[in-house]
Amino acid sequence: MTAPLREALPALRAGGGKAFVPYVTAGLAGVDAALLRGLEAAGADAIEVGIPFSDPVMDGPVIQEASRRALEAGATPARALALVREAGLGIPVAVMTYLNPVLAYGERRFLDDATAAGVSGAIVPDLPVDEAGGWVERCRGAGVAAVFLAAPNSSPTRLVAVASASEGFVYCVSTYGVTGAREDLAASARSVVDAVRPLTDTPLLVGVGVSTPEQAREACAFADGVVVGTAIVEPLLRGRPDETLERARAFRAATG
Amino acid sequence: MTAMAAEVSRPDARGRFGAFGGRYVPEVLVPALDELETAWRELRTDPGFVGELDAVLRDVVGRPTPLSYAPRLSERLGYRIWLKREDLAHTGAHKINNTVGQVLLARRLGKHRIIAETGAGQHGVATATACAMFGLPCAVYMGEEDTVRQAVNVDRMHLLGAEVVPVKTGQRTLKDAINEAMRDWAANVRDTHYVLGSVVGPHPFPWIVRDLQRVIGDEARAQYAERVGGLPDAVVACVGGGSNSIGMFTAFVDAGVRLIGVEAGGTGRGAEHCATLSKGTPGVLHGGRTYLLQDEHGQVLPTHSVSAGLDYPAVGPEHAWLKETGRAEYTSATDEQAVRGFMALSREEGILPALEPAHAIGWLLERPLPKGSSVAVCLSGRGDKDLDTVRTWLAERGEP
Ligand SMILES: Cc1ncc(COP(=O)(O)O)c(C=O)c1O
Repeated sequence: MTAPLREALPALRAGGGKAFVPYVTAGLAGVDAALLRGLEAAGADAIEVGIPFSDPVMDGPVIQEASRRALEAGATPARALALVREAGLGIPVAVMTYLNPVLAYGERRFLDDATAAGVSGAIVPDLPVDEAGGWVERCRGAGVAAVFLAAPNSSPTRLVAVASASEGFVYCVSTYGVTGAREDLAASARSVVDAVRPLTDTPLLVGVGVSTPEQAREACAFADGVVVGTAIVEPLLRGRPDETLERARAFRAATG
Repeated sequence: MTAMAAEVSRPDARGRFGAFGGRYVPEVLVPALDELETAWRELRTDPGFVGELDAVLRDVVGRPTPLSYAPRLSERLGYRIWLKREDLAHTGAHKINNTVGQVLLARRLGKHRIIAETGAGQHGVATATACAMFGLPCAVYMGEEDTVRQAVNVDRMHLLGAEVVPVKTGQRTLKDAINEAMRDWAANVRDTHYVLGSVVGPHPFPWIVRDLQRVIGDEARAQYAERVGGLPDAVVACVGGGSNSIGMFTAFVDAGVRLIGVEAGGTGRGAEHCATLSKGTPGVLHGGRTYLLQDEHGQVLPTHSVSAGLDYPAVGPEHAWLKETGRAEYTSATDEQAVRGFMALSREEGILPALEPAHAIGWLLERPLPKGSSVAVCLSGRGDKDLDTVRTWLAERGEP
């Protein structure tokens, strides 16, 4: 049986490994079971499967466009979960979505169905930790790791709350702004990781704006891994899943 | 404005109006919202700040705005109709009450850049105006569709020195402009203040904008008491995000007055409307829990209204709460009723209203209230921006 997110990434960290976690938008053309298996074969340690939302305020143009196309093609949470089940991966899967689709589905039912499909983590970027009391409890009850975001400007008190509520990993937002390509890995990436490090043993992954294998390598010098979205999704918008997999291999090679 | 010191106990410490409101935003925005909340808690009753704002409202905005009796319309409908004339405020709508307050607030916070979203362009113009007054750079996000139907206001913003950023995502209207403004804010939150234009979004915005707009109702209540004595039977306002209506309602919430919000009923066909409170369900959009127009999967639905300022699939959380508690009633008027309201006010009272408050007038034309009722209507803005829309509407239907 696949190890759940809350065990897999900490075990990887304990062994000195670095995590490479690609993100793809469910329902986008080219995002099928074969692609997820391809990402696993390319060496991903876990996969973030995005459930698209009509108003993704945390996302830049590439993932916005991916979400739009996916919704136009009829993407729903149920179909995203069916995809995860069909892929039957040997690595953990976390879903990433916004709060409203989860509320519409029903939080408890969503977590039950997600678990049944083989999902073991959930990231909801518009649900900050202080609004998430009930959610954290329900995630624990369902055996789903709730992942929260730590930002460059989060106060020390908030970081404590984020670190203690997060399971699986803490999503360290590298910079101000939304998902998308950046020329350089922001210096703030390191300061977020440094600030959270003393607060928890949970792995710290850098995400938002990790666009090249080189930046991933830099981030892995101080973090426990990276989440890569835009760079992985962008070739899919051009109908090139082969390039997505090629990029995944390059990120894997760079993260070691 | 001075009456602002009189406490209204909502929202609670966590930014809730009952089950509505809250703060559902990416982590990177939370510190800025914390900072805003702390500042507002202090400034809203700070004599220096309140004095500064009162002076601007009086000397620049032109407050108090008149409460005008509408004699011909009153006689025809069998009501006594009073119009709270926000169309006579500087820049032509109530939006300026909020923007001067928030720009003063931004200055206190040491923010050097202002961003805003706009639908009808009135909030964008009002923000650009406040920024010109205080010498701050200003970027206004506006759905591309709205830049076409409210082109006059795009010109005004440009002339006032603001940058207008056309938003080409989604339906290219107000909702998408807010998405884009939130993304800008997340990237530039350290030096930028986001002047949100209605009582929507994450806490503390619904609270700040309510406090800044309640001057409308505070004045109207005092003016009514002085001119007529007592209270009107009903207070009526159009509801987009809900700022002019909350501004009008707040002074009357504790009084035995019917509070009636008129949403945009669109074409009256199927889903072509934005009557969020009348037809929506609770959900989370733009940082707050409130009523939304959404499908069964929680995807926000496309909307339609002849007026850009009402064309929005959510509504302020305080309205959701007023609806849920039954304290306020929400109804809607179609595009056609709005144009009829526009024409009625133009021909019978000599006032060209914006299409947004024309919904409130259009609803009244159906005589929905008991005969003889006295009604205070918030005339939230003037109609210059809508002349093309109305002209086209009439021409398409062969009306003079
Ligand atoms: C004149 C006028 N009235 C009303 C509105 C709707 O906004 P709200 O419901 O926040 O008052 C607008 C928005 O642009 C407006 O310009």
